[in-house]
Amino acid sequence: MSVTCTGGDRVFTASVSGEVDHHRARRIMEELEQAIDGGAPRQFTLDLSEVTFMDSSGIAVVLRVYRRVRALGGEMIVAHPPAQAAKVLKAAGIDRLIRFLE
Amino acid sequence: MKKTPINEAELTFLSRSANEGFARTAAACFAAQLDPTLEEVNDIKTAVSEAVTNAIVHAYPDRLGKVLLRLRLYEDQTLEIQVRDWGVGIADVEKARTPLFTTGSEERSGMGFTIMESFMDQVRVRSAPGKGTTVVLRRTLARRTGYRP
Repeated sequence: MSVTCTGGDRVFTASVSGEVDHHRARRIMEELEQAIDGGAPRQFTLDLSEVTFMDSSGIAVVLRVYRRVRALGGEMIVAHPPAQAAKVLKAAGIDRLIRFLE
Repeated sequence: MKKTPINEAELTFLSRSANEGFARTAAACFAAQLDPTLEEVNDIKTAVSEAVTNAIVHAYPDRLGKVLLRLRLYEDQTLEIQVRDWGVGIADVEKARTPLFTTGSEERSGMGFTIMESFMDQVRVRSAPGKGTTVVLRRTLARRTGYRP
């Protein structure tokens, strides 16, 4: 299990742990999509504090979650990315598109 | 233009996605002899992950093939990383390097080369359709007191 989801009343936090690379991205994406589609969140926080490594596959995961949450009328927050993951996401300009909680 | 490396290591592995983690960890271990900062190690791991993932995803679309990771260290603290495959090759390298361009599936962002370029000092790509691709990444690390090659 690489994704844990907590919350209710359409306010959710999903925590992703471990390495987010191409090898694991599809599985993580599927688990996140299930969480989003099941909860129709008004606010969806993607907690990255337990991510140990992220490459550009993580950019695809975050963007996909963002589009999905927005399509359901919700707001997305990226929370506590470790320095390495934050550097990757910022190199792609994700912090200008999505709210970051450092 | 480049001198003889003072150290060199090579690894060959199959284009299985499980080897992405193996390759970036191996590169980080090789770089450890330069006493890099955590940020330098992370930059190297990230760029290697991108180059190796490209080889795994794009070079051999319908079969497993070999990927070579060659690590070289030079006197001036430059780390050179070559990622080579013998796969389908890239017809238009400039297009492949364009941000957001991808021929991959939905879990690809098209940002692989952009990440390599922002995390390394130099990124070179040589490719020929039907023959394969070599990506060369270079990064000169800060010299630290007490370092002995």
